Amino acid sequence: MAWLRRNLVIIVGLLVMAYILMPNVVVTVFSFNKPSGRYNYQWNEFSLDAWLHPCASAGMCEALGLSLWVAVVSSLVATVIGTAAAFALGRYRFRGRGATNLLVFFPMATPEVVMGSSLLTLFVAMGIPSGQGTILIAHILFTLSFVITTVKARVASLDPALEQAAADLYARPSQVFWRVTFPLVAPGIAAGALLAFALSFDDYIVTNFNAGATTVTFPMYVWGASQRGTPVQINVIGTVMFVGALAIVGIAQAIGARRRKVAP
Amino acid sequence: MTKPTTSSGPLRLVGLTRHFDDFVAVAGIDLEVPAGSFFALLGPSGCGKTTTLRMVAGLEEPTAGRIYLGDEDITATRAYQRRVNTVFQSYALFPHLSVLDNVGFGLRQLKVADWKQRSMEALELVQLADRSRQRPRQLSGGMQQRVALARAIVNRPEVLLLDEPLGALDLKLRREMQIELKRIQQEVGITFIHVTHDQEEAMTMADTVAVMNAGHLEQVGEPAALYDRPATAYVASFLGQSNLLPLEGFSDPGGEFVTAHAHGNGLVVERAQLPKGMPLDGGFAEGAPSVHLGIRPEKLRILSPDEAPSANRLGGTVTDASFTGVATTYLVAMPWGQELTVTRPNDGSLRARPGDAVVLGWDPHQSFVVSEAL
Repeated sequence: MAWLRRNLVIIVGLLVMAYILMPNVVVTVFSFNKPSGRYNYQWNEFSLDAWLHPCASAGMCEALGLSLWVAVVSSLVATVIGTAAAFALGRYRFRGRGATNLLVFFPMATPEVVMGSSLLTLFVAMGIPSGQGTILIAHILFTLSFVITTVKARVASLDPALEQAAADLYARPSQVFWRVTFPLVAPGIAAGALLAFALSFDDYIVTNFNAGATTVTFPMYVWGASQRGTPVQINVIGTVMFVGALAIVGIAQAIGARRRKVAP
Repeated sequence: MTKPTTSSGPLRLVGLTRHFDDFVAVAGIDLEVPAGSFFALLGPSGCGKTTTLRMVAGLEEPTAGRIYLGDEDITATRAYQRRVNTVFQSYALFPHLSVLDNVGFGLRQLKVADWKQRSMEALELVQLADRSRQRPRQLSGGMQQRVALARAIVNRPEVLLLDEPLGALDLKLRREMQIELKRIQQEVGITFIHVTHDQEEAMTMADTVAVMNAGHLEQVGEPAALYDRPATAYVASFLGQSNLLPLEGFSDPGGEFVTAHAHGNGLVVERAQLPKGMPLDGGFAEGAPSVHLGIRPEKLRILSPDEAPSANRLGGTVTDASFTGVATTYLVAMPWGQELTVTRPNDGSLRARPGDAVVLGWDPHQSFVVSEAL
């Protein structure tokens, strides 16, 4: 009993971790499966087939490439526009600032079904053909709010005396921005960009409304595939994404730890 | 860092004014700060002293007036163009840069080749050379304060501005830093302008103190002069404690002294203490600004019966006596109800108890006269 009492926090913690990570473990394990039928739901036999031929499933790698391309471009554009907007909203007082702050929240609060369908209505009404262009426009639109909110929090926490000190120490306005403001706001901008990338990459609902008949992103492909049978390659991509995300977090932590450990 | 710089000239403010919408923060200040001096701008919070400092730094634009550094009019120049550096109240150290890079920031902007060596010398001056590779947040408040100081003086500015730099430190550290700042100022010879609301700090550190109130200057002078001869009731009560006796008028018997009338008492006052244009023919005109005679608590004596008669005598009753170690502070009620504060050193001289009837006396050279509403 005493042992249990001492280690209860650790045990519960491990159980919660197991609960959270179970899907990832299943995905990884089943990426080494050789299913007997079309569905990869039952363990049959160990195989490296899917890992050795990741693009064997027709159309999957094209869909993956499109999703990555859309995610990179839309998160870049949203980060640039969103950072500029965050500085304006966090720094300056102007007419309509309060209203803008409120409106920025609407895309986050709107159900995706509503946003996706109304965007489609808009594109059809304006005669814009659905496809990669409309997907990009939609993704920039709904990731922008997240970037603005993330960067704005960082800008607001910045002590204005720091920029004044830089100006006092002979830095011109552009030098103040690149030597002091930008390095201090950069973690917020990076967080906003990563968030935008992740949101864009895995979006299904809004994308599905605005993709048109022939454009297929990775989430759309997975959804479509699950109707007809699930190729093991999906598990391979899922595992790679998970390990990649872990690696990014690990590297960030290591850099942070090294920075804190500067020699006295 | 041992060779003193010679500044190009004094800092002059001419009619310097700053409005924030309807609020007048600084109401036309004229001031000359001699090159190489340690100057204190003293006043309560909201008196406009920080705004004045920020206008000198170029961080705030004056509504009117000019700023001269030597012969040069720097009013229209930007902060980064002025050879003026600031030690900010919050220190404003760059958290993403090491201590050395913080100190070297200005020199690198000025494209000084040996910035690293000079920055290390500045860190040695503030005794932090061994911390050069650390980040600001790894240092204590007092150390951060010294880094901020090193970051400013390393550039050898014409004028160094200090905005309440000791406000965030505890009392002991503050005393140490006051001495340290004075030592560094003498060593580098740069003009220091120190903004503070702490009258003791201003008086211990500065050669010259300017007292500010509600956007204008009340009085400028050496600390001892301000204390002994305050020009206004405001300065008298802001710098230390004062007993202010309301006066009804003066009469002039001729000679070095005149007679001041207060509640039926004739008090001897030095003629040189009187403000200009003070009428000496009895009472003051109706509606004229009120005039007070001021005496510092430590200048008042409790006269013993066998003591030589003093020129000035006021009888009263002791209402309170509080022992503070080095001195005892008495409250003595006058017949007209006013209580005077008397501070006597505990040097074995006459002690009084509450309820005692005492006679207070003082040297006419040690009082002062101020005229205006309190």
